[in-house]
Amino acid sequence: MSTQPAGNDDDPGVDAVGVATTPVLSQRAVARARRAASLRRFVRAYASRRAGMLGVAILLVFTLLALLAPVLFPAEMLDIIETVDNDALAPPSGEFWLGTDENGRSVLAVLVWGARASLIVGLAASLISMLLGTLIGIGSGHFRGPFGSALQRLTDWFLVIPFIPLVVVLAAVLGQRGLGTIVLVLGVTSWPGTARLVRAQTLSVEGRPYLERAKALGGSDWQQMSRHVLPNVMPLVVANTTLTVAIVILSETTLAFLGLGDPFLDSWGTMLDKATDAGAASTGAWWYLLPPGVCVIFVVLAFTLIGRALEAVLDPRLGRD
Amino acid sequence: MALTSPVDARTGTVSSGGATTPGGIGRFIGYRLVSGLGTLVFVLLFNFFLFRLLPGDPAARYRAVKNIGAADLARIRAELDAPVLTQFWAYLRDPLALNGISAWKGQPVWDLVGGRAWPTVVLLGSSTLISVLIGVRVGIRAGWKRGGRFDKASTAVTLLFYATPEFWLGLMLILLLSSGVGPFPALFPSGGVIDSGIDPLSIDGAVSVAEHTVLPATALAAVYIAEYSLIMRASIIDEQSQDYLTTARAKGLMDHVVRRRHAVPNASLPTITLIFLNIGFIIGGAITVETVFSYPGLGLLTFEAVSEQDFVLMQALFLVFTLSVIVFNIIADVVIALLDPRIRG
Amino acid sequence: MAVLELRDVHLTYRTAQGPVPAVRGVDLSVDGGEVLGLAGESGCGKSSLVASVLRLQPRSATVTGQVLVGGENVQTMSWRRLRAVRWGEAAVVFQGALHSLNPIQRIGRQLVEPILLHDSAATPRTAADKVAGLLAQVGLPETHADSYPHQLSGGQKQRVMIALALTCDPQVLIADEPTTALDVMVQAQVLELLVGIARQRGMGVVIISHDLSVLATTCHRVAVMYAGRVVELGPAQELFEHARHPYVRALARAFPTIGEARSRYAPAGLPGDPPFPDRLPSGCPFHPRCADAVDECSSVDVRLRPAGPGRVAACVHVGAGVG
Repeated sequence: MSTQPAGNDDDPGVDAVGVATTPVLSQRAVARARRAASLRRFVRAYASRRAGMLGVAILLVFTLLALLAPVLFPAEMLDIIETVDNDALAPPSGEFWLGTDENGRSVLAVLVWGARASLIVGLAASLISMLLGTLIGIGSGHFRGPFGSALQRLTDWFLVIPFIPLVVVLAAVLGQRGLGTIVLVLGVTSWPGTARLVRAQTLSVEGRPYLERAKALGGSDWQQMSRHVLPNVMPLVVANTTLTVAIVILSETTLAFLGLGDPFLDSWGTMLDKATDAGAASTGAWWYLLPPGVCVIFVVLAFTLIGRALEAVLDPRLGRD
Repeated sequence: MALTSPVDARTGTVSSGGATTPGGIGRFIGYRLVSGLGTLVFVLLFNFFLFRLLPGDPAARYRAVKNIGAADLARIRAELDAPVLTQFWAYLRDPLALNGISAWKGQPVWDLVGGRAWPTVVLLGSSTLISVLIGVRVGIRAGWKRGGRFDKASTAVTLLFYATPEFWLGLMLILLLSSGVGPFPALFPSGGVIDSGIDPLSIDGAVSVAEHTVLPATALAAVYIAEYSLIMRASIIDEQSQDYLTTARAKGLMDHVVRRRHAVPNASLPTITLIFLNIGFIIGGAITVETVFSYPGLGLLTFEAVSEQDFVLMQALFLVFTLSVIVFNIIADVVIALLDPRIRG
Repeated sequence: MAVLELRDVHLTYRTAQGPVPAVRGVDLSVDGGEVLGLAGESGCGKSSLVASVLRLQPRSATVTGQVLVGGENVQTMSWRRLRAVRWGEAAVVFQGALHSLNPIQRIGRQLVEPILLHDSAATPRTAADKVAGLLAQVGLPETHADSYPHQLSGGQKQRVMIALALTCDPQVLIADEPTTALDVMVQAQVLELLVGIARQRGMGVVIISHDLSVLATTCHRVAVMYAGRVVELGPAQELFEHARHPYVRALARAFPTIGEARSRYAPAGLPGDPPFPDRLPSGCPFHPRCADAVDECSSVDVRLRPAGPGRVAACVHVGAGVG
């Protein structure tokens, strides 16, 4: 779908030549129909990938759990003042299917609420990363000259900086640990990979004949980038962002585990941090350690499977199966 | 979790600064060093200004430290009150904070860093060895018989490993093999790098270090086993469509000779590059894994610096990590140039 | 005596869309010392046919009929025997020498490899000497044994491929488009070299090309394939000048333009495209593009029939008085 000259319907060149309104409209209709057809083709191709569909199924389950958390486990269940009478670190029982934590809270309840934190952080930070990566990538690919090469240098330099140490140091330096800080830290550090990918794709799109035509017709940089380059790089950006979500969720878990998360937010990483502090590993409180890790694995796996399937469908050259 | 790795895990293509230059390996290394210099300047600037984002009065942090002398405190005070440019100049003269005083321990930062380096080298080295030995083999076997039973099983396991946080795997290993809780015996120690009172250079010392390193190295290796086997599999699959493999088969070579002599050497190039380029990500993993196992290396030191809000120490560690990445990037390019005649030109 | 003989060879690919017949019953034989040309457009099945000679067809392909190298059926022999026949009895100068050499191994090592494999008496020393001799024979300095493929030009690589094919003194040599990537001057040199060496050593040679004019000047006999079958076979010069099959006539008229890829796929003066192997027209597969087609052509799947001394052609007009 990325090979068609998308954006033809709005091409100023067509109007400039003075084509009558009706043909332009019908041309738009044709373009729209073509896009609908390519979307259908895409959905069919995606649906034929079993691993990709498994990813969607896992993600659906976790999204449902995250949305239904307040219904399944009322917020009071997480309030340590309410749970003070329960046994701390009690093994699984009929009342608490996954046992209790060091404050006597139901591990299952905390776990389901943790899905919210992980998904919100993952999606929000990936969105920032996608915006930054796409802007910097398209900019460095489109502009020849000092501006473009400066952006490219910047990307290369940031690729050298070790990711987790940077995230840890940045979170430590920024001090206050709100959800917003975590999202910001992860968002502004994970863009270089996306930028590199987008740059390569931009260069290949700009080499195509119809963009040469747009240039010859005097389209502005902004028009060229937004109408011609962006629609063509978008599919791969979406696939790449899906993979970024997986990385961001893992990184959030790492940050929280190191005590750099939001202390008032129960994420899976925070659970693991508290479990370790409570000595769960050495005392054998497996019910407190196992579930958060398994959830992280499933959600990260889901985004990885979806990302790989998207890439395979959008770019058959990658040859994944 | 291998994070945003510099090698495209799907196609096995590597994009690093390695440009083709005529004139042999010497010119190539020279070119690479020069382009590394630009990166170095950026990293120094970045490292300096990153820690100037710090809110609040930095000198105030030192007051809480008891075992710091009045003279040292006065010197630190004066340094921190100086204009940014003066500070920057001071930083440039001593970027690794050789003389910096740790706010947490009150001793020179470099003494702390230097003393903690060898366990991390041991840990990273052994986990890399494990992941390369296993990952590469699995990838070759899976890719050579693509779509076969081994391929399907190993790809599934690989993707699971890929999604597993290494520190959580470490916690599970402690739970199973070192806590001694439940039906499992405590096979391995779960803290430290060596039993106290043993010389690390003696045979007993080596055994003790190995015992302490097995679990953290395994926890750290799992993700990279996954990554290397995915890349190796992709490269081997890619390799199979190459014409020179048909030539090799037509010569009458046995299947495993075609694989070993012609497919694997070519397919290994992206993985070999990746092994060197991964240093930055493995360091990231070492921070959590060393913390979980109380393994006294630079990773644990980073965690301690963060917990103790010791920014001078953090700054020195961050620079050490980044410099290692730059150095290993250059090594990667040189190694590939040595292995691939097309790059040497 | 025939060193290579194909008897009713069929090759069918299994695909998700069903079986695709690439070769549909080919009979050919090549004697020692003979040079046979095999011509046809891309997709006519000639490359699949080459693959079957060393049983190099992909796993998804089924081959029936007999492929005899020195009288032994390559398709049914044991793997052990097959490995001995490969390169020892029959060798190939592969299409696209650019990619047929291992890019990270020195030329010498790649040439020595089959000698050490097939000749149990060979030592690294004698093998290296033999390689030096072969390189000299194809007109390359011995020092190129120490070069890597990317350090050679296209023509030099093609010469290396020829030297490689000669390393084990095979009875059968198959050259698949040996000159496609080369310019005209080098083309002539390479072909001359190939044919000269083959005659001198009494090998049976098959040269595959899309360019009938090249084959006409270098080969004894030429076979032309269309849609997976041989449609005409005869002495090279005669066939080129007085083709009996309308397709071969069109091909002979069409000198492909050197360096222009398009001309390989659609010879000038020939309307339409060659049919897809999985959607062959009824009757004679060539009839939709044939200027001389009659009603009969769309229903009768005409097979090869005698068309003069040493000649056969698959056309309804042949034998019925026209010849």
